[in-house]
Amino acid sequence: MRWHARIRARAGSFDLDAAVAGDGAPVVLIGPNGSGKTTLLRVVSGGHPPLAGHICVGNHVLYDSDGGVCLAPEERRIGYVPQGYGLFPHLSVLENVAFGLAAARAGRSRVQRRTAAAALLQEIDCGHLAERLPATLSGGEKQRVALVRALLSEPDLLLLDEPLAALDAATRRDMRGYLARHLAARGKPALVVTHDVRDVHALEAPAVYAMEEGVVVQSGSPADLAAHPASEFVREFFRSA
Amino acid sequence: MRESHGGLWGGRGTLLAAIPMLAIVTVPLIALASASSPSDIVAGARHPLFAPALWLSARTTVASLAVIVLAGTPLAWWLARSSGRGARAAALLVDLPVVIPPAVMGIALLQTFGPHGLLGPALASLGIRLPFTTAAVVAAQVVVSAPFYIQGAAAAFRRVDEDLLIVARTLGQSPAGAFFRVAVPLALPGMVAGAALSWARALGEFGATLFFAGNFTGSTQTMPLAIYTALESDTRVAVALALVLAAASVLLLVPLRTLPSLLSRRLHRPPRSPQVPAQPK
Repeated sequence: MRWHARIRARAGSFDLDAAVAGDGAPVVLIGPNGSGKTTLLRVVSGGHPPLAGHICVGNHVLYDSDGGVCLAPEERRIGYVPQGYGLFPHLSVLENVAFGLAAARAGRSRVQRRTAAAALLQEIDCGHLAERLPATLSGGEKQRVALVRALLSEPDLLLLDEPLAALDAATRRDMRGYLARHLAARGKPALVVTHDVRDVHALEAPAVYAMEEGVVVQSGSPADLAAHPASEFVREFFRSA
Repeated sequence: MRESHGGLWGGRGTLLAAIPMLAIVTVPLIALASASSPSDIVAGARHPLFAPALWLSARTTVASLAVIVLAGTPLAWWLARSSGRGARAAALLVDLPVVIPPAVMGIALLQTFGPHGLLGPALASLGIRLPFTTAAVVAAQVVVSAPFYIQGAAAAFRRVDEDLLIVARTLGQSPAGAFFRVAVPLALPGMVAGAALSWARALGEFGATLFFAGNFTGSTQTMPLAIYTALESDTRVAVALALVLAAASVLLLVPLRTLPSLLSRRLHRPPRSPQVPAQPK
């Protein structure tokens, strides 16, 4: 399934003007802090209004400024895991997962959704966390719960904003493998923001987009970017391997 | 080690500098509490002004709080989620009743709903007459105390992480669903604190009520106005009424201080340690 997003949007002090595209393999987005990566994800998810552009996943048009199309986030079939994981702090782990099931299995009763959520938590070895609040989880646990919640509604495109940034080194290594296996098994589009070149390699991303001050300064295969970096940031990013 | 008790700034000098203001706030209340004996309070509570005023204050403040929460919550949400010039101007307008003296607000209400006011004649032609009625008491309380709720709720809504709302939407919630299932539960401590402040302010409302609603026993004479009336005839009755009002306010202050922190403690429980490492399958 191919997807692309060409958008212009206002992002704080600068204008975002970027085009990214991909297929079933994960695409990686890199760039310094404040370069517009998070704004780009929010625009694609429908949480930030763009000025103009075109967003399409498969043949599902999410946004088209010329055609006057702008789907609400709940109509976009997008999975979004923001920085900090976005778990609802007032709901238990089980309720967080059941919250995601509400969309995927509309019409089911609350009890049925809770039973299904409990079964899903068992599958990812988080059954024992069901009644806990997110604030009491470790970073790795939060990430797994957030990921399973986002994937419940079987989104066409998964957006992950620095999924491994807040983890300690050992947990990050484990989670990196976990994430790579999950995304590969899913075989559906994903856009992953990261600051770590090891994530690019682990996810086996065929394409990397480097953003600076709202524009894509370079895109291509990781080998291309490493061999011919177009900016100091890209050079540094691949040198840290 | 002094630091272990009050930190770097908890020393004796700081305490000495803090005492004057503490005294200014508490001494009048102590004087009020010690001014009357229990028999005086009983006599005050049996005074013919007391029961109607207490009942009226209870009814009108509950009504004004309901109006403020129902109409103020959408406004607070809009103020919190908009960053445009219009929202900033609106935030300033909402704050006006805080800085404008209540008596001035009373006159402004008369100029709006009075027989020769802006909306008065139009309402009169529909058979609605607002000034000097119980509804006018509620209107005065709403105008004067709404900013406290709106400010509190807007500040609480602003602290709700934008990403949580986006996530809720991508998980299938409508705008209303995301608001009621995510924004409101997370903002609830601040909303409750704002509502309690608003209620306390409405309970003490005097100036705007006197000018716009008058001082009629049973229909517009709330507790503060009853104290004012009693003071003209019998100081002891006024003191007894004042004590009852002070007690009611203190009763309000306790949940005002404890409830928001109780509500938010559930959300911000510290992470469990030691960390449990993730175990991939």
